[in-house]
Amino acid sequence: MRPAPLPRDDAPMVGLGLKTQHVAQVLDTGTAVAFFEVHAENYMVDGGPFLRHLQRVRERWPLSLHGVGLSIGGSEALDRAHLARLAALIERFEPAWFSEHLAWSSHGGQCFNDLLPLPYNASSLQRVCAHIDQTQARLRRRLLLENPSTYVEFASSTMGEATFLAEVVRRTGCGLLLDVNNAYVSAVNHGRDAWTVIDALPAAAIGEIHLAGFAEDRDGLGARLLIDHHGAPVAQAVWTLYARTLHKLGPVPTLIERDHDVPALSVLEAEAARARALQDGVAPLAGQADLAGLTMAEACA
Amino acid sequence: MMQALAHATTHAFAGALLDSARAVPAGLVAWNGSDPGLRFAVHRNNVRVSLVAALADTFPVVRELVGEEFFTAMACRYVADEPPRSPVLAHYGEGFADWVRSFAPAAGLPCLADLARLERARVRAYHAADTPTLGTDRIAALCADTALLPQARLDFHPSVSVLVSSHAIVSLWAAHQGRERLQAVQRDRAEAALVLRIDDDVVVLRIPLAAADFYRRLQKGQSLGEAASVNDVGFDLSESLATLIRHGALSAWHSPE
Repeated sequence: MRPAPLPRDDAPMVGLGLKTQHVAQVLDTGTAVAFFEVHAENYMVDGGPFLRHLQRVRERWPLSLHGVGLSIGGSEALDRAHLARLAALIERFEPAWFSEHLAWSSHGGQCFNDLLPLPYNASSLQRVCAHIDQTQARLRRRLLLENPSTYVEFASSTMGEATFLAEVVRRTGCGLLLDVNNAYVSAVNHGRDAWTVIDALPAAAIGEIHLAGFAEDRDGLGARLLIDHHGAPVAQAVWTLYARTLHKLGPVPTLIERDHDVPALSVLEAEAARARALQDGVAPLAGQADLAGLTMAEACA
Repeated sequence: MMQALAHATTHAFAGALLDSARAVPAGLVAWNGSDPGLRFAVHRNNVRVSLVAALADTFPVVRELVGEEFFTAMACRYVADEPPRSPVLAHYGEGFADWVRSFAPAAGLPCLADLARLERARVRAYHAADTPTLGTDRIAALCADTALLPQARLDFHPSVSVLVSSHAIVSLWAAHQGRERLQAVQRDRAEAALVLRIDDDVVVLRIPLAAADFYRRLQKGQSLGEAASVNDVGFDLSESLATLIRHGALSAWHSPE
């Protein structure tokens, strides 16, 4: 395989999640988006069309490999077999980015297919850092850790999510995948200001951004309870936060996520174009960032 | 001490996810003092809905046969009894057919478990390894030495499954594809299927029961001669072999030295 070249850190670029409904169209007629992202676990199969199609996509576009099953926030040891499967995918497809979540998804041999929350305290910090150290050593690459959507908090938490993430970055050298939708969902669900949370993250560590849609519910007291379901267009409040984030960071590779009620490719391309226009508005002049020897993200940190 | 506490917290959380009768785990809070149980329910719902959806994707004909409401209730029970053991959901539902067989509310539909086996075999075929198949030219050359033929042993392609049922599972599956009424299919008739992937498509071939018996003997490692010595009524050796060759169901042919 001759993979498409890896992207520059500071180039404006917007990608889409690769959906099985769109693969044939993407391969036949192409698309203007700059990269594709896939859930790693969907490709942990022996063979068949999924892997064949991904190979053809990878020959033309950079790839972001997004794990949803490593359970980095779990209280048990990481699954070494799962790490080996990730390593094999990374070796085969040479993704530009590999990301996972600040969450857990399996326990006691059972897998829940959901990203579950953890308390933020000294004990969980130590465990998460150990898991990230192990993952980065095994995969021989930097991991981007995604901030989660959460619905409950723990009485045993002693620090906020941004403080926790900043400390993980400092101790492990991992990067961050800033999911602006998750930041908004969690801020609303816990009565906080979303921009304050985003602004408190270590800016230079943010290597990718996710944008998605949420569903809206109410909690027991009638307060807004937002559900991260990836089944709707990106909300206006999230676009506003995204624009503000770009203003601070400069262009960061950005993904439009849609996993349910997947619309026509053209609808997602239009959302990608909107994100791209916002990136172009804050793009550095050609060569400027290179001359400075800094990525835009670092320059703005 | 702190790690043990963290483990206990996760353990309680995990246990309550799959068992809605269990109390909401202690130690959860909400910023506005609202009931954390209603918020925890978001996770219970995510787990149940996403895993039931995964099963619905794998078992569309079972779902059509029992109806959406029954399927969802049945799948919820399965998810609680046998949650995934791997984060790779392509493997989920491997034990569904056996579980369905002992699911009392479905006892009135004895074909259901075998139908589930057929649908699971299709997913397995779709994701099976891309082992090259034996071409017809190669097989023709191997067959030329008729003296060695009875001792030959054959490997099936990893995508191949051979299924035999005392119910009309192939007809039910075909009716679903053709948008015919599943209820109109006469079910109490034994049928056998050869499931395999051809290029990007998984096919379900209706095969004679005798051919299925022959293929299963080959899969167990019997030689061509041993497997062909079945006394099944209507067994046609050359036609049974031709089916395997024509559809690329073989990946290796071991002739004796």
